[in-house]
Order: sequence, then structure tokens, then C-alpha cells
Amino acid sequence: MGLEFYTSRLGDAINWARKYSLFQYPFVTACCGMEFMAVWAPKYDVARFGAEFPRFSPRQADLLIIVGTITERQGPVLRRIYEQMCEPKWTVAFGVCASTGGFYQNYSTMPGADQCIPIDVYIPGCPPRPEQVLDGLIMLQDKIQEKRGFVQRRERREHDELLKAKGKLKVIP
Amino acid sequence: MSVEALNRAKEILGATVVSTHSYRGDDTVVVEGVNALQALRTLRDDPEVAMNFLSDLTAVDYFGREPRFEVVYHLRSFKTGARLRVKALVAEPEDGSTPTCASAVELWASANWMEREVWDLYGIKFIGHPDLRRILMYEEFVGHPLRKDYPKEKRQPLVRRPPDEV
Repeated sequence: MGLEFYTSRLGDAINWARKYSLFQYPFVTACCGMEFMAVWAPKYDVARFGAEFPRFSPRQADLLIIVGTITERQGPVLRRIYEQMCEPKWTVAFGVCASTGGFYQNYSTMPGADQCIPIDVYIPGCPPRPEQVLDGLIMLQDKIQEKRGFVQRRERREHDELLKAKGKLKVIP
Repeated sequence: MSVEALNRAKEILGATVVSTHSYRGDDTVVVEGVNALQALRTLRDDPEVAMNFLSDLTAVDYFGREPRFEVVYHLRSFKTGARLRVKALVAEPEDGSTPTCASAVELWASANWMEREVWDLYGIKFIGHPDLRRILMYEEFVGHPLRKDYPKEKRQPLVRRPPDEV
């Protein structure tokens, strides 16, 4: 009992550290990229949230930002990039095209990047205002702190199943 | 401006020309698909019009009309600066097989990728093309999406999230 209490508090501390050191990997495919550059420039100061540092390899990143339209042909590429990232990892869909396909409804456009990878936060807008992006980032930080990110939920489920298998699950989390 | 080129084209192409029209400086010659290659060669090699540059090659699907397709060549002469558009009428065969047109790669190397694009999106086969593969869509794609009878909302996904990812 004491041990479980201790680990959960440690988890909170770790998540606090995680949410203020998001190394992001921008997957920029379209015009939203210009807005992305504007948001990540000094004027809006994303360094306040500890997320200003882009990594140019998905292997070093925690946060995959999908900026712009995803076509069906890009789907396998995006999926592979997502799979290359180390866990824990989070994803943000930046703009309507990445969220739902936006105004595209045709043979080539994927209706939302969530068709091929799990998305944690959707930021609508064509393009989104910088304030929306910062709001989305804060929502993601809340999700990380409360362990509601996709990978964290899966980890918790796997952990519960492991404990269940060992007959050790007493408290419902 | 290019009316001179159009008149000269009518003169040298003779009976090959199906129709012509001019609108706001856009001058068009319509020919049958079977005669297109010969007409293009004539326009390129004629010393007066000298249409030595293929600036664009595309196609139009007039669904419900006969002949159904038009392959459109946008030509330009570096000698005179004139522009000329050549439309080749390409019918869909009665048996529903692939419509065909002669490839212009032997005249202009730049036709290579543009003909691949027309093949990819409209399904017009260019006879004599050195490497007629899809250029924009993926190899697994079935059909030709810019044809008017391709369903607007039909989608052919390459990957999907595994079902256990909720």
C-alpha cells in the first residue's frame, strides 16, 4: 500500500517534468507550416512551456506535431515516424487538415491524421491562431500531468492487466 | 497575337484540322487523336510556326460526350513567341478498354512526366511512352481519380490504425 502511494506520487513528479520539457518533432506538410513557424518564433515564446526545442529526428522527440494536410500516400510515412519515436510520446494535430482533412474531401486526402496514428490534442483552425495553439499545448500539458495521453493510458491498462494477472490489483485506479 | 500562328497551322495541317477557335488570345486547333502526333510534329518542324516547346500537356474528361476525352497540348514557339493549343480528341473504345493516344515523348522529352500524370489521373494510355507508370498516386491505387465517373467520396487508404489503438 505504501509502495503504491509512493510510485503514484513519483509518477506525478515525472509527469510534471515531462510536460515542461516537450521535445517536439514538427511533421510539416502544408501552409500551416508558416503559422507554425510564427507560433514557435520568439513573439509567442513557447519556451515558457518548455516546448520550443525542435528535434530533427523523431527518435529524440516526445511530441509529434502534424502540421498540414496528410495525404493517403503519406500515411505509411507518418505511421513509421510515429513508430520510431520513443515512448512516452504525444501527438498534436495542428489545423483542420491534420484534424479532419479540412475542406478536402477527395481521393487523395486522408480525413484526419487520426486515421493512421493516435492523436492526443486537436487544434482546429485554418490556420489556427497562435493563442489556439498555445491553448492546445496547455491542454496537452494537462493531459500529460493527468496521465490521459494515449501512450500513458495504454501503459496504465497494460500495468493493470499485469497486476490482475498476478492477483495484485486491489485498488481501482 | 498568335492568330498568325493559328492561320499558318490551319494552312500546314490542312484536312487534319477538325475545328479551330480563338478567344482572347488563346488559339486552339482541334485534331483527331490518331492524327495528333503527326500534327504536333508538323507544327514543331515547320520553320514558320516553329512550336519548339511543349509547355503543358493535360487532358479533359467530357463525360457523356463522344469522343469522351481530349488530350490538350500547350505549345509555344521560342522563335516567334506565339502560343498555340492543340486538342486531340480521344474516344473511349466501345468495348470499355483503355483509351489510347500516341506518345509525344519522341518530340519533346518533357512530355514524359506529363503523360504519366495523364495516365495516372485519366487513364489514357500513351502508345510509345518509354515508362508509363503512375506518377502521383500510389501503385496500389485502383482506377483513375480525375475521371468524372470516379466516385467523389471513394477513398483507398494505404494504412489504418491497428484496431487495438483506442
